[in-house]
Amino acid sequence: MPYPTDRKYTREHEWIQVNGNSATVGITDYAQQSLGDIVFVETPKIGAELTAGRTFGTVESVKAVSDLFAPASGSVTEVNGELASAPEKVNSDAHGAWMVKITLKNPAELDALLSASDYEKFVAEEAGH
Amino acid sequence: MSAVEAPTIRKTALNAVHRQMGARMVEFNGWDMPVEYPASLGGGIINEHMAVRTGAGIFDVSHMGDIKLAGREALPAVQHISMNDASRLAIGQAQYSALLYPEGTFVDDVIVHRLGEDEYLLVINAGTREKDFSWVRDNTRQFDCVVENLSDDFTQIAIQGPKAVNLLQKLTDADLSAVKFYWVTRGTVCGLKSILMGRTGYTAEDGFEIYIPSDEGTSAFVWNEILIAGKEFGVVPCGLGARNTLRLEGKLPLYGHEISDTINVWEAGLDRFCKMGKPEFIGRAALEQSKATGIHRGLIGLEMTERGIARDGYKVLDSAGREIGYVTSGSPAPYLKKNVALAYVPKEFEPTGTPLRVEIRGQGVGAVVVPTPFYKRPKK
Repeated sequence: MPYPTDRKYTREHEWIQVNGNSATVGITDYAQQSLGDIVFVETPKIGAELTAGRTFGTVESVKAVSDLFAPASGSVTEVNGELASAPEKVNSDAHGAWMVKITLKNPAELDALLSASDYEKFVAEEAGH
Repeated sequence: MSAVEAPTIRKTALNAVHRQMGARMVEFNGWDMPVEYPASLGGGIINEHMAVRTGAGIFDVSHMGDIKLAGREALPAVQHISMNDASRLAIGQAQYSALLYPEGTFVDDVIVHRLGEDEYLLVINAGTREKDFSWVRDNTRQFDCVVENLSDDFTQIAIQGPKAVNLLQKLTDADLSAVKFYWVTRGTVCGLKSILMGRTGYTAEDGFEIYIPSDEGTSAFVWNEILIAGKEFGVVPCGLGARNTLRLEGKLPLYGHEISDTINVWEAGLDRFCKMGKPEFIGRAALEQSKATGIHRGLIGLEMTERGIARDGYKVLDSAGREIGYVTSGSPAPYLKKNVALAYVPKEFEPTGTPLRVEIRGQGVGAVVVPTPFYKRPKK
């Protein structure tokens, strides 16, 4: 699976796509694949403050519970309500099924994240460990 | 410095087959086992679960153990160490039972098969194989019977689902329609002579468990033959993930969860498999006393009424938010499309309809006591 180059990635398997001052956040295809059938997505409310590296929500598959980690700090401006009733969209299109949109507080935080090619290498190592 | 022995992960004879099929593997009770197969093979926990409810699925359950008791006093020995009444078994019949500690709590749950006049086969859990075998051997020394650990002799494959009988019938000369639920037969399977087939399982569905020689070549051959023969029934290879959700829908206990060395038979609600009228068995005295002094907690079924999934170990709260018990197994139920759980709570909270809460990430999420099993297979 090629990872889109229009965004950055965390080692906890989230992606973040920046558009000016705002950004969209989701989980990667690798994450959805390791979780299996996703049945539950819990996101924060509009207005909630995210802190880079801290948990901001939960994704659950039939078998596992997994925290969502904020790739960057910022306040939530939109949540993808569709995922409450159709969480399986994350399985079918992880890079399209976004979870929250935020207004970035400190865009410089993004420098610490992985590029698509670095993330690809990172998951190849993790999968082959 | 002393060398620390690395724990060895055990593998069934089908391990390479699972890996080749691209199964996601996990460690389960010291075994490297498939949790689910890739979507390209019709897998994924939900698909696998649905295949077993509507067609057929196959599971490698070779990590289960097998103990044979044979000899003149095999029956008294089995009677002494298990809670069900094995004297009621005809040759070829099986029963659900349990091995108990003197406290009336669980060493393990087992299926007791009567294979011959004085020959019994106990099928036991993976996580308790060594413990069970020593326990059985130590507690049957006074009887004239031979106890053998046959755990490594068999590859055990479970073929489960409403179409399982049709599937297996294609591969054997035995007349499976004559084999009732919880009976066994022997026949030729895929050209292998005298293979034991039991109409048993752990999915709350009809199905068979077959015991074939445990060499890798034979195991892989039979596994693949079943998949080929099962194509017309939509057979899907299934992992431990679906095995767990299937057994949860059917309220079949899992050792270390619904039953353990700190939970007794009455609490677990397994009364109908415990025959107090039969001669003495280990645990009987404690169970008699427990019944006399009163049972204070019981196993209930919960269905979530608010958004959230109860998981193993989560706290159960009463409607006022006080902690009253805990979840033993909780998961989405793929066939029922509900989030369900089994939990231990004090007796007064057992009635159907009692509103309770499950603590999920610090929040009390609404749930209600419902009748169990959550799922019962339709009668034909």
